[in-house]
Amino acid sequence: MKTWCKSAETAFSSALRNISRDKTTFACAAFLVLSVAICFCAPVLAPYPYDEQNLAMGCAAPSAEHLFGTDMLGRDILSRILYGGRISFAVGLLATGVAMLIGVSYGLVSGMAGGRIDALMMRFVDTVYSLPFTIFVILLMLAFGRSIWLIFVAIGAVEWLTMARIVRGATLDLKSRQFVEAAVALGQSKTNIMLRHILPNAAGPILVCAALTVPSVMLLEAFLSFLGLGVQAPLPSWGSLVKDGAEYMEDAPWMLVFPAFFFSLTLYALNRIGEALSGSLK
Amino acid sequence: MIRYFIRRLLEAVPVFIAIVTAVFFMVRFVPGGPFDRERPVSPETLEALNKYYGLDKSLCEQYFSFLKNLSRGELGPSYKYGGWSVNEILAEKAAVSLQLGICALLIALALGLSAGFASAVLSKSKIGGALSGFSLLGICLPSFVLGPLLILVFALKLNAFNAMGWNAPSDAVLPSLTLAMFYAAWIARLARNGAIAETSRGYVRTAYAKGASRGRVYLVHIARNAIQPVVSYLGPAAAALLTGSFVVETIFQIPGLGRFFISSALDSDYTMIMGCVMIYSAFIIIFNLVSDLLLAAVNPRIASEMSK
Repeated sequence: MKTWCKSAETAFSSALRNISRDKTTFACAAFLVLSVAICFCAPVLAPYPYDEQNLAMGCAAPSAEHLFGTDMLGRDILSRILYGGRISFAVGLLATGVAMLIGVSYGLVSGMAGGRIDALMMRFVDTVYSLPFTIFVILLMLAFGRSIWLIFVAIGAVEWLTMARIVRGATLDLKSRQFVEAAVALGQSKTNIMLRHILPNAAGPILVCAALTVPSVMLLEAFLSFLGLGVQAPLPSWGSLVKDGAEYMEDAPWMLVFPAFFFSLTLYALNRIGEALSGSLK
Repeated sequence: MIRYFIRRLLEAVPVFIAIVTAVFFMVRFVPGGPFDRERPVSPETLEALNKYYGLDKSLCEQYFSFLKNLSRGELGPSYKYGGWSVNEILAEKAAVSLQLGICALLIALALGLSAGFASAVLSKSKIGGALSGFSLLGICLPSFVLGPLLILVFALKLNAFNAMGWNAPSDAVLPSLTLAMFYAAWIARLARNGAIAETSRGYVRTAYAKGASRGRVYLVHIARNAIQPVVSYLGPAAAALLTGSFVVETIFQIPGLGRFFISSALDSDYTMIMGCVMIYSAFIIIFNLVSDLLLAAVNPRIASEMSK
């Protein structure tokens, strides 16, 4: 277990060092930590419940009472952004977890197996790549009904492909290294080699890929919400807020501008961090 | 080279058939049929409809008759749009999506390559850093944020363009910009990273030592190598752009193909789903092949690898 901790720890600590080195990246990380914390405390911090309607105040401009204004049903935009952020972040993290789980195990097995099995497994990945994923996700949603848990699984099921490719590549590379040969010579089982020698050494690329998967997962969730297949109204997510905002932008531009701003800033921060991480690997 | 091309095409055939088969059975596994409307139709009508379209036969029979029609290039009638065949719809809508996609692709290439190379050349200065930060911004502005914002600013406030529609040539400007921005940002990143990786190579130092100017080194020596990641990205990008985008077509009310990808799946319009899936997969396969061939044109080593 000791080796495991050590190589994975190296990857994490060098990642942290790299994030803290560049000022902008550090600011991005701070922004992310802060917004995740605030969004998850939404029930305490939000000035209004996300579904409290006040039709007399429909589409009201930003004011002291409603900092970011209200939407067409008089719901407070700031509160809805906080609650929506909770959902968007939760989807981002959990669906990335699902994608990682599938992608890492698939890539490891494929790389370890090598030969025909590897070729076949990668051909499968290529084939799924050339499917139009929107149709795939919609069919999944229609087949199993709409629920927030299904969103996690459906998005994870689409996003694991890149992870599988990267892990497989890393596995192939690590497999030919001397320490793996030594482990083979010592008579260790394949599972053991896979989990204790190869996996921790692939932690770096896995971390980078996971960091870059989070924003693309959040984007996909927003896209699904845009289609009306995301979370159920009146529950907000950033995607559905932007969609509502786009519909009413002529009369109430604040309905579009504020959610769009926070969504884009979050995506920017996530991408920036992912980029810094991949830079630290080189 | 030609042998390579033919081999790749032949390899693509089983992949294509696998995709078509998987989707064929997947759509029928999904509950709800193409004739489930908000107002339920009477059982007799439903039976007649199913009989007329051959949906009362067994799944196996349906599959083989579908394959038979496919081999003649016929995709069958759309279940949702009565009186239209899928071939007709695809032909009409694809023309619009192609125009939009080509505009977007050209914009993405022009913007992406110039921004990417400029930020690589100026990577040591503030301008270069700003440029690369700017291109990252393009990735963070999804089309459903960028599109409405562009409409808000350029159509509603400045009245420079129509907010919606697809009539005048100027109507193509905002949607193709919206569609292009994400791809431009990716291309810029790939080009920048590619160019920066090349600057430390020996041949670059040699070129400088021989007295070549900075501009010459970048345009003549580095560009050709740095462009390779962009070329391999062009395959999937072109396929996605040319088959249309649901979001952009919805926001700008453009009668293109992208909307059918979503609406056909939502309506369980079986034949239309198959049409969309096939056109997309075919595009992916073809454009991946094209980008591989382009890659061979750029890099002779890959070309010699192919002719083996």
